Amino acid sequence: MKIAPGGVCKPGTTRVNKTGGWRTYRPVYDYDKCIKCKLCELLCPESSVLPKDDGFYEFDYDFCKGCGICANECPKQAIEMVLEEK
Amino acid sequence: MTAQEVDKKKMVVVEGSYAVAHSVKICKPNVISAYPITPQTHIVENLSQFIADGEMPDCEYHNVESEFSALSALVGASAVGARTYSATTSQGLELMHEVLFNVSGMRLPIVMTIINRAVSAPINIWNDHQDSISQRDTGWIQLYAEDTQEAADMTAQAHKIAEDKDVLLPVMICMDGYILSHVYEPVVLLEQDLVDEYLPGYAPVFVLDPKNPMTFGAFAAPSTYTEFRYLQEQAMGVALKKIEDAANKFNEIFGRYYGGLIDEYETEDAEIIIMAMGSIIGTIKDVIDARRSKGEKIGLLKVRSFRPFPVEATRKALKNAKVIVTLDKNISIGLNEGALCTETKACLHNTNIDAPVIGYTVGLGGRDIPIHTIENIIDQAKEVMSSGITVESQFTDLREDLI
Repeated sequence: MKIAPGGVCKPGTTRVNKTGGWRTYRPVYDYDKCIKCKLCELLCPESSVLPKDDGFYEFDYDFCKGCGICANECPKQAIEMVLEEK
Repeated sequence: MTAQEVDKKKMVVVEGSYAVAHSVKICKPNVISAYPITPQTHIVENLSQFIADGEMPDCEYHNVESEFSALSALVGASAVGARTYSATTSQGLELMHEVLFNVSGMRLPIVMTIINRAVSAPINIWNDHQDSISQRDTGWIQLYAEDTQEAADMTAQAHKIAEDKDVLLPVMICMDGYILSHVYEPVVLLEQDLVDEYLPGYAPVFVLDPKNPMTFGAFAAPSTYTEFRYLQEQAMGVALKKIEDAANKFNEIFGRYYGGLIDEYETEDAEIIIMAMGSIIGTIKDVIDARRSKGEKIGLLKVRSFRPFPVEATRKALKNAKVIVTLDKNISIGLNEGALCTETKACLHNTNIDAPVIGYTVGLGGRDIPIHTIENIIDQAKEVMSSGITVESQFTDLREDLI
């Protein structure tokens, strides 16, 4: 990636400019508890909850900022926020 | 005929603000957005009159509700490729503070005349440099004009410098409120054919266009932000040369020259060199002429470009000085010195020039700087030359009776 003066760029550069590094806590699914209710996908402010072929979901850790809304709203406590450690 | 004799035949007596407004018109901006504020109002009044009279067919004048909006409107206009102009002063400029960073960070070559005025409180509408100096670190080029002719001519130079592909930085043309903005004196109004030769149309590198979507002033994380600042600093470095080039090219076409980054007056053998910016330069030159006739070696270094600061040119001009005097129409409260004093000392540090630098805060809130004030300062500088520095920086002509 190269930067242009004035921060001028074509749309969609966030695909290259990954922002998941801001996260302190990482959401992790417990698929045994998940009822595929879709709330986490609908409520995620960063569109970082992606549906899988089997009807469950997975997180896009390249862009998930660890806000924890999904875990807070999950009716089955199927999402745990785990501290990111190096 | 010398250039000056040619000029005399073309001169007309107009107000400083009119001369600047005329230059703006001749530079053919596409969008002007400004908010009236004393003592800048006459510039934008004249411009809106030109537009109302149909003299600027390719220009839109945006009426806005504040200076913040005035400059914000130009951010959009400049991004879509318009040549843009605004003018403001004092509180208006301070209100623009946030947008100033956006303009320079987005590398938009907006040109703006600053009619220098004191800032509140206490409220005061007269001239000093506190308004523009307070915006020193916003990433704008800052040029200071000595007289109305220079301020008018600088408008064309400013567009040329700002729009250069290797610069792309906004420019503030600073001229003293009332002393220059409201004075009527003979000037040569810029000629359209010569300006067309001097200043090509604005050809933006990037254009905001729905048919070819681009993001301007994109988000930058800690991983890239530093590099954007570095590129701005690099562009300022390039501007050092482009400011000189713009002045030289102007001289070639118009036959008028006021210095590039700096201008030197009787500095060659000078023991005492006075540094200053703006309209005070004329007064200092008069005093120097009188002192020179008595055989005193006094010189003047006019700082024309305050940002980028002409470090190398200043060092070169000051290398043989025995005492350096800085006159500042602004003050950093808490350091008790003006910006020119601080920056001059900084640019001499780490060199082998060890002449004392003494700073004077003068003309705050429009207080006159008469000849005898400059005379006193020179006398004090002579004392420093013989017996060394005692006071580094001080207020001048302080009225002890009021305190």
